[in-house]
Amino acid sequence: MTNEPIIRIKNVHKYFGHVHALQGVSLDVSKGEVVVIVGPSGSGKSTLLRCINRLEEYDEGEIVVDGIPLDSAKNINEVRKEVGMVFQQFNLFPNMTVKENLTLAQRVIRKRTAEEAGEIADQLLIKVGIPEKSDAYPMQLSGGQQQRVAIARALAMSPKIMLFDEPTSALDPEMIKEVLDVMLALAQEGMTMVVVSHEMGFARNAANRAILMDAGQIVEEATPDILFTAPTHPRTKEFLSKVLH
Amino acid sequence: MTEQLKSKPPAGDKPLARIPGAEPSARIDAWWWLVAIVVGLIILLVVIDNETYWNLIVFVWDGIQITFGVTVVAFVLTLLAGLLGGLGRLSKNRFIYGAATLYVELIRGIPLLVQLIWWYFAFPVIIQGLGRSLGVDALSNYQAPAIAMAVLGLVFCYGAYMSEIYRAGIQSIPKGQMEAARSLGMNYFQAMRYVILPQAVRVILPPVGNEFIALLKDSSLVSVVAVTDLTRRGREFMSTHFNPIETWTMVALLYLVMTLLSARIVGWLERRNKFER
Ligand SMILES: Nc1ncnc2c1ncn2[C@@H]1O[C@H](COP(=O)(O)OP(=O)(O)OP(=O)(O)O)[C@@H](O)[C@H]1O
Ligand SMILES: [Mg+2]
Repeated sequence: MTNEPIIRIKNVHKYFGHVHALQGVSLDVSKGEVVVIVGPSGSGKSTLLRCINRLEEYDEGEIVVDGIPLDSAKNINEVRKEVGMVFQQFNLFPNMTVKENLTLAQRVIRKRTAEEAGEIADQLLIKVGIPEKSDAYPMQLSGGQQQRVAIARALAMSPKIMLFDEPTSALDPEMIKEVLDVMLALAQEGMTMVVVSHEMGFARNAANRAILMDAGQIVEEATPDILFTAPTHPRTKEFLSKVLH
Repeated sequence: MTEQLKSKPPAGDKPLARIPGAEPSARIDAWWWLVAIVVGLIILLVVIDNETYWNLIVFVWDGIQITFGVTVVAFVLTLLAGLLGGLGRLSKNRFIYGAATLYVELIRGIPLLVQLIWWYFAFPVIIQGLGRSLGVDALSNYQAPAIAMAVLGLVFCYGAYMSEIYRAGIQSIPKGQMEAARSLGMNYFQAMRYVILPQAVRVILPPVGNEFIALLKDSSLVSVVAVTDLTRRGREFMSTHFNPIETWTMVALLYLVMTLLSARIVGWLERRNKFER
């Protein structure tokens, strides 16, 4: 891990009408770092994540990803090529097979040939453990399998950064582990990851840093062990007492 | 349309059950019966009174071609106009949204016949007036070609309705699809082309198919603005032979054959574009 930040977020504000969803958030993420974000519902976790690849526009402040400031439309598409995103609802393309899901953007955006893209897709499907599902349609897969395909689809673009927005919260409990295992392996390979998730186990095993957000602000950040066991801020304590029932 | 939240066991390849009467063959039968009746009637009439009916069919044959040609050309252009209008109605740009909305609302409030008459009789006068005030001879001598004006009128009108079909179809695709496509680095148009529209096609095919059939029928209105389509040729035949019952019965049957064939093609396209979400 080097110390040069690959994501620089400086004093970002975001309003939805009257809702002040992000209230001056600043955060640096280094190359190879894994950051887990926790916080109560509506605290702005998704909004922050979505600002990093500009699925959401912010109203004030500055975000620089891999040296590219998120300002012009051209830069935004450049950044999106380098930033993979995994959604709670998978968002696979239902009219395409698994393989087509994995190759479409490679061909359209990365301009890879069908063979190149196909090979990369095959390798990634092996990596996420479902090579036999290449010709299946998303409908025919379990939730855990769909989410692993979604991870593979994002990885197929060879991103430098991966964003995860509650990747396991739409899954049945027995499928959560298979997805977390894939994410853990990815973290161990040195992928830069920003993960919104309340899976404490994953955070402890994989994350360098854990962050608590509340009411559009970063309230506390520390290593996962410290944040989850010995938080200093009262709002962190309150949140954790609710999560750990 | 909601997205699948919970995982489901993999669906088998076989349908769960066969519902009697819902098999494709049942619908094919109904359609074949209709076609058989209509075509049978036409043949019967021709056999009974060959002189009148066969002469009529020969006489209106070029009208049938014009009706078909006008409909197909107008329809293809309508698909494009509707796409533009539909995307405009979904635009975040206030100006584009406003222009598209104005277009749709204006057009939908005016009878098609009035629109066709306006394009044929009023529009050329405006062009000529412009030409005179600008001193451009080519414009001041402008003569409206009947067929082109008719197609223009049909496209303008049907494009407005088509815009709403596209808009609804695109909106029916979950927002996450666009976000997934954009997060993979696609720009708006790439995401539309490769991800959203292929899915929306399935949703909009039935109403678009209905529009084609409606357009085919409404194309008879162009007979009022000097286009020699099937309806106008029918009127010409009647005015020389004074046989309204024979003429308009046969014209109606000929339209029926065309709409039935269209319905068949639309149904076939719909089945081809089905996929499970
Ligand atoms: N598209 C939107 N339009 C209006 N308000 C929004 C929109 N998206 C988010 N918000 C509001 O912004 C605030 C932050 O939302 P956000 O989704 O970022 O929270 P979150 O921390 O991800 O919550 P959750 O844990 O429920 O996913 C909330 O008050 C939410 O209602
Ligand atoms: Mg969220």
